[in-house]
Amino acid sequence: MSDEPNKGLQSPLRRKLLMGAAALPLASMLPRPSFGAGPATAMVNTTGLAVTDTEVTVGILHSATGTMAISETGSIQAEKLAIEQINAAGGVLGRKIKFIQEDGASDWPTFAEKAKKLLVNDKVAAIMGCWTSASRKAVLPVVEQYNGMLYYPTFYEGLEQSKNVIYTGQEATQQILAGLNWIAKEKGAKSFFFIGSDYIWPRTSNKIARKHVENVLKGKVVGEEYYALGSTQFNSVINKIKLTKPDVIFTDVVGGSNVAFYKQLKAAGVDLSKQALLTISVTEDEIDGIGGENIAGAYACMKYFQSLDNANNKAFVPAFKKMWGEKTVIGDVTQAGYLGPWLWKLTCEKAGSFDVDKIAAASPGVEFKEAPEGYVRIHENHHLWSKTRVGRAKLDGQFELIFETADLVEPDPFPKGYQ
Amino acid sequence: MFGDYSIGDLGSIFVMQGFAGLILFSVYVLMALGLAIIFGQMGVINMAHGEFMILGAYVTWMTSNFFQAFLPSLFSGYFFLAMMLAFFVSGALGMLVEWVLIRHLYKRPLDTLLATWGLSLMLQQAYRSIFGAREVGVELPQWMLGSLKVTDSIEVPINGVFVMGLTVLITCAVAYVMFKSRWGRQVRAVVQNRIMAGAVGINTEKVDRYTYALGCGIAGVAGSAFTMIGSTGPTSGQLYIVDTFLVVVFGGAASLLGTIASAFSISQTQSTLEFFMSGSMAKVLTLLAVVGILMLRPQGLFTLKVRK
Repeated sequence: MSDEPNKGLQSPLRRKLLMGAAALPLASMLPRPSFGAGPATAMVNTTGLAVTDTEVTVGILHSATGTMAISETGSIQAEKLAIEQINAAGGVLGRKIKFIQEDGASDWPTFAEKAKKLLVNDKVAAIMGCWTSASRKAVLPVVEQYNGMLYYPTFYEGLEQSKNVIYTGQEATQQILAGLNWIAKEKGAKSFFFIGSDYIWPRTSNKIARKHVENVLKGKVVGEEYYALGSTQFNSVINKIKLTKPDVIFTDVVGGSNVAFYKQLKAAGVDLSKQALLTISVTEDEIDGIGGENIAGAYACMKYFQSLDNANNKAFVPAFKKMWGEKTVIGDVTQAGYLGPWLWKLTCEKAGSFDVDKIAAASPGVEFKEAPEGYVRIHENHHLWSKTRVGRAKLDGQFELIFETADLVEPDPFPKGYQ
Repeated sequence: MFGDYSIGDLGSIFVMQGFAGLILFSVYVLMALGLAIIFGQMGVINMAHGEFMILGAYVTWMTSNFFQAFLPSLFSGYFFLAMMLAFFVSGALGMLVEWVLIRHLYKRPLDTLLATWGLSLMLQQAYRSIFGAREVGVELPQWMLGSLKVTDSIEVPINGVFVMGLTVLITCAVAYVMFKSRWGRQVRAVVQNRIMAGAVGINTEKVDRYTYALGCGIAGVAGSAFTMIGSTGPTSGQLYIVDTFLVVVFGGAASLLGTIASAFSISQTQSTLEFFMSGSMAKVLTLLAVVGILMLRPQGLFTLKVRK
């Protein structure tokens, strides 16, 4: 619920500086010279959004409490970092970004209610938020009804497109297909064993993966298993994997089950340096809980790894760690969360306006050249063109980049032949 | 399904599958024992059971960090100390909770359900504030990782064997305390007739407090052991609570033997079904079987005659 952008800064130096500033009453009365120089408010805001001559308000809507807080914390941190950096660079259309943070509390109706509050009461110009597909599906009718703009960071199953949403993560075909092609070519993989948590994202992803394996790669799916969210016992399925001896184990298990699965896999003597395993649900964040020694050797298919070696990422990682602590890790979704505020800023500047209709129309073609993942561009369908990468988990919990697509992969949320 | 495999292959898979069932059985017994003591002996529905387990897991995590930082040479043995600490820390918290909260609610069992559920939410948020929202990874000593190669194709996970051993040990200890010690006799006397037990000079309040603490302490040990096979995060306790209640209720609330029998039948059913069909389907069928049996035997598998 804070609207103070500096909240959560952890550097002691910074805190001292802030305390010093608080002690000087004069300092707070000084006007900030960099804001208020943009175009007139009446020009850039014709629909009554929370925009003043010096400020523009956006919403951050994630779970800071409840089960999903584990995953969503990284997105919140990345979005706050992006907002701070944008403000330091002069804001958006001459205005400083102020944010209102709401807690979805891992509860989907709460997400919808808070989204409505942000749009109707606070009149925010954009919402950075949601994480699970369930929360997005709950918020979608609200942003469409009240004509808001949502920047959604998670890789997800696709089959959705909205004027009011920009999807900054990958949709399923973008994430999966290149990885499957790579492992089929590189490892000569023919047989695949799918194992996932039992809900929409793994089921849809595996459906796409199965079609690709059977129709394009001419391989075979020797097993497809789903476990209820929160399952902690995988010994039986591990035996089944041992019996079927697949070339590749393809996993999209999530949450606490993820940790249990890799620990038990390791304990059952499955050596990931010999048995190929390709996951689409493990980022650096998850490895924190799983433990590097339990997953070292596994391949993950993502668009971003913290270890990426490019100039943008070399600036991003230290900035993130400076703000949130040396020990924090940055996963794929965290990076996608960071893209949201930047893409919104660039779109506002392209449109010359904060109006949602103009932003929705101006979004296609917006490029973000400083993206930590390299370069991204918004597609006509409001998803991002981005590269797909395969990384190999190392003992220290980081990924080593093994493969990346030569070109940006086109987002295809309604893939023909995969439904 | 089995046409393409040799007899040897199948044999070793069946052996390993048998072990998988036994490991699941030990896990169920370990997580249900603490709850069975509290629910069965005291009639308190402890919804915060999972959070007491996770407290044990966090204690283990802190112990492992401590050993890594200050006593790296003794790291290989830290787990035993961690389990003991987990027992005492969870037990101490349990004692405190009993004194502050539970003892006021003994005559209102449904209110204990609400109160302990609230307690579980508070504990979750406390863990989140203290340890952070992300899961933590508990590092294990090298000897506890990997598997024992019995033959070329039969491999048994070491952590599973460890959990099995621990379960046997704790079950024997609990059985001894409950059925052989003086204190256990007092507990059973209080369960059977609280007023008479008080009349013959048993301090029933004290018995209650230590019973609750014992249940929570065992939950802590279970949580500590489960760092080997599961996740450690603020809400990880929720992953265990449903299965735990299932085992305890199915076994017959007041009977420790029932808990063990119920853990055995549920784990074997589930693990066998899981092998032949998908995980979700196996869970559904197991639950259906449990519901069916409970309809025929509402009191659970085993019951204890209690004078109301």
